[in-house]
Amino acid sequence: MGILFSFSVVVAIILLVIAGVSGAGLNFLFGVIFPYIALLIFIVGVTYRVVQWGSSAVPFRVPTTGGQQTSLPWIKANKIDNPTTSYGVIFRMLFEVLLFRSLFRNTKSELREGPMLVHGSEKLLWLAAIVFHYSFLIILLRHMRFFTVPVPTPIEFLEFIDSFFQVGAPLVYITNFTIVIALLYLLYRRLAMPQIRYISLPSDYFPLFLILAIAITGIIMRYFEKVDIVGVKQITMGLVSFRPVIPDNIGVIFYIHLTLVCTLFAYFPFSKLVHMAGIFLSPTRNLANNNRMVRHVNPWDYPVKVRSYQEYEDEFRDKMKKSGIPVEKE
Amino acid sequence: MATKGKPPKPEELSKIDYTPPKRGWMDTPVVFKPGMYCHGTRAKYLEAVGMPNARDWSPAEEDWKLPPEWKEIVLKGIKERLQKYRTFHVFMDICVRCGACADKCHFFLGGGDPKNMPVLRAELLRSVYRKYFTTAGKFFGKAAGARELTEDVLKELWYYYFQCTECRRCSLFCPYGIDQAEITIIGRELLNLLGLNLDWIMGPVANSYRTGNHLGLEPHTIKANIEFMIDDIETITGIRVETTFNRKGAEILFVAPSGDLFGVPGNYVAMGELMLFHEIGLDYTWSTLACEGGNFGFFTSMEMAKKLYYKIYSEAKRLGVKWILGGECGHQWRLMNQYLDTWWGPADFLEEPVSPITGTKFENAKGSKVVHITEFTADLIRHGKLKLDPSRNDHLRVTFHDSCNTSRAMGIFEEPRYIIKNVCNHFYEMPESTIREKTFCCGSGSGLNAGENIELRMRGGFPRANAVKYVKEKFGVNMLANICAIDRAALPTLMDYWNPGVGVCGVHELVGNALVMKGEIERTLDLRGEPLPGKGGTD
Repeated sequence: MGILFSFSVVVAIILLVIAGVSGAGLNFLFGVIFPYIALLIFIVGVTYRVVQWGSSAVPFRVPTTGGQQTSLPWIKANKIDNPTTSYGVIFRMLFEVLLFRSLFRNTKSELREGPMLVHGSEKLLWLAAIVFHYSFLIILLRHMRFFTVPVPTPIEFLEFIDSFFQVGAPLVYITNFTIVIALLYLLYRRLAMPQIRYISLPSDYFPLFLILAIAITGIIMRYFEKVDIVGVKQITMGLVSFRPVIPDNIGVIFYIHLTLVCTLFAYFPFSKLVHMAGIFLSPTRNLANNNRMVRHVNPWDYPVKVRSYQEYEDEFRDKMKKSGIPVEKE
Repeated sequence: MATKGKPPKPEELSKIDYTPPKRGWMDTPVVFKPGMYCHGTRAKYLEAVGMPNARDWSPAEEDWKLPPEWKEIVLKGIKERLQKYRTFHVFMDICVRCGACADKCHFFLGGGDPKNMPVLRAELLRSVYRKYFTTAGKFFGKAAGARELTEDVLKELWYYYFQCTECRRCSLFCPYGIDQAEITIIGRELLNLLGLNLDWIMGPVANSYRTGNHLGLEPHTIKANIEFMIDDIETITGIRVETTFNRKGAEILFVAPSGDLFGVPGNYVAMGELMLFHEIGLDYTWSTLACEGGNFGFFTSMEMAKKLYYKIYSEAKRLGVKWILGGECGHQWRLMNQYLDTWWGPADFLEEPVSPITGTKFENAKGSKVVHITEFTADLIRHGKLKLDPSRNDHLRVTFHDSCNTSRAMGIFEEPRYIIKNVCNHFYEMPESTIREKTFCCGSGSGLNAGENIELRMRGGFPRANAVKYVKEKFGVNMLANICAIDRAALPTLMDYWNPGVGVCGVHELVGNALVMKGEIERTLDLRGEPLPGKGGTD
């Protein structure tokens, strides 16, 4: 149900753009107004989420420790998976954010005859995740060429690397392929693995279909149904300079691509995609395991009713005295 | 009270079907399966510690006698905790349901119930969060993964949040560090607002409040129990060790889990420690009030956990000790490592811990002033302060079970291994993906070590037991060492069930066996009073 629903929503968006642009001629709405609104929702929304999380307290320092603690000097500590210093935490977070360290640990458990429970290495999810995220990042950065004049050298260099194989005209970008393959694998495992399918919500399929549609429309636009690239750059430059213009004769495929991107941006803050920001605030990863060295203060700590030693001794004094345990009050 | 259920035979239990049902999880109502859950708490325990909505109730009955405004209580509780715990707030929002955690949970691996995949166990609560606290959930309902909080949903939460041992294994593998233990802790706090705890948890909590320990041992009993151990030590070694209780001016306060003062095989750990402290002439004392490092309050609410840990620093202060040495216990060390100093510090009335025998400064404990006994003993061995005869453990082929809390909320891996390798000649590791930070739970942690949920425990312990089976068959392992009192209480049953013939011991029992004491008689018995095969004492 979730699959069909999510797929239909993406299709509906595409049809809406076709009707709006080709039919009703609402080019300004789709080319200018929607992008501004989407960007605004994205910025305000993500900021709001981060501020919300940030305003929640961190009462205890509860890192998940993934390696040997720092204790005696002759025992080699794992300073990254079990950090005690800020440097250690920074490295841990870098490994987590840039290399998906925890996902790299992934195992797959299998019950065999015996019974024997075997835990093998399972790196495909990690690989697909890495490929997807880095492809997305590179594609996003490549698109900066539409928003800059002149195009900065790093962006041009990135394009050069991405089209390293120098195949086709226009040159084929490696990331165009890798992002689609990664997305298809992520979709495949969600559909084919019974457990993953069981836990999947419409909100898990929707971003996959959406980003897949964005990638495919982008590919179509570049290699097949080519659009007026000069016109496109007029629109994009108009947007960044706040002097929006809508040139004629840009293919509807461009508006579809753009609107899907706008949908992604506007949807982002309300969805699981906020994990991009949330990972930085995850207390099991961004705190040091140094509670026994440095005290962590709970901002909402409050006094609690306790049973004092005096009450304890009052109850047991006779028994304590009889068995020769020292007491405060004879 | 705890009626011992009989679990199906291991051959039956190990036929595990991991295929989820056809129907979606939101439309699959919870079924309370006998052997998979515990008795509800009796009113008297809640009343003893002043917790709300005390009443006698049974999870098996239709009517849970909830207070009329139960829904408001839970929703208000969620709102409050979103503000109080960033963990909870972030973990409610950022899960992408990648499923990396799914086959990391011992309850899922041992039972196959999809709601025991950590991701889905979290979704049980997340779906309620979405319904009442997110825009998408309010408007789109089920399409956004949101659902109403009903009595059935509440019962489902109860059932599955007491099928989680807060072991944090999922959290290790989660790309965002989402920790089901945190979610379970908070979920259980919410349930406790309605008086919905386990008898097996609340009994120990009430005991601990009154007597300082879970078992309800009164001060004279604690002393008597330890004196029995001292008698046994004398029989085995010919040496009468000495110890003191509530002695002011001692250098060190020793806090062990009370399980070691009472039952088998924990008492052998305490014996080993008594012998060790005697041999090195340690100036230490027991406190009959701070006689429990474990804290079942932690399985109730943070407030209750804090209350029950008041005794640790307050007794250290009253007795005027310099620092605290903590015994072999799992969740004791979750708390001593991550909570104690925040709750009751700063411990500025204590001194930075220094081993009086080796002069080693325990820099890693300079703030909270609590040292783990395996840190202490490993340091003694490293400095050659102990005379050890590991051949006295030659009848044992030992493997080591890392406890969840000491692994993923502390990271104490090498210290116990270093000790074991020095006191045993035959030590074998279980497969890499089942030890250290990737260790599997005993299946009975976080207050689930009851009798009536025996099937749950045998299922949850299956991944651990199966790894033991591997080294048993490969290397002939016959002893499962650990540093946790719950392990020592739970693993013997688990081993008898899955791997008959494998015993369970604490690390300091092995130390006690190997420790060559000045003036001892020729050892013919181990600490269990069993003859040492082929051994005539020190060579």
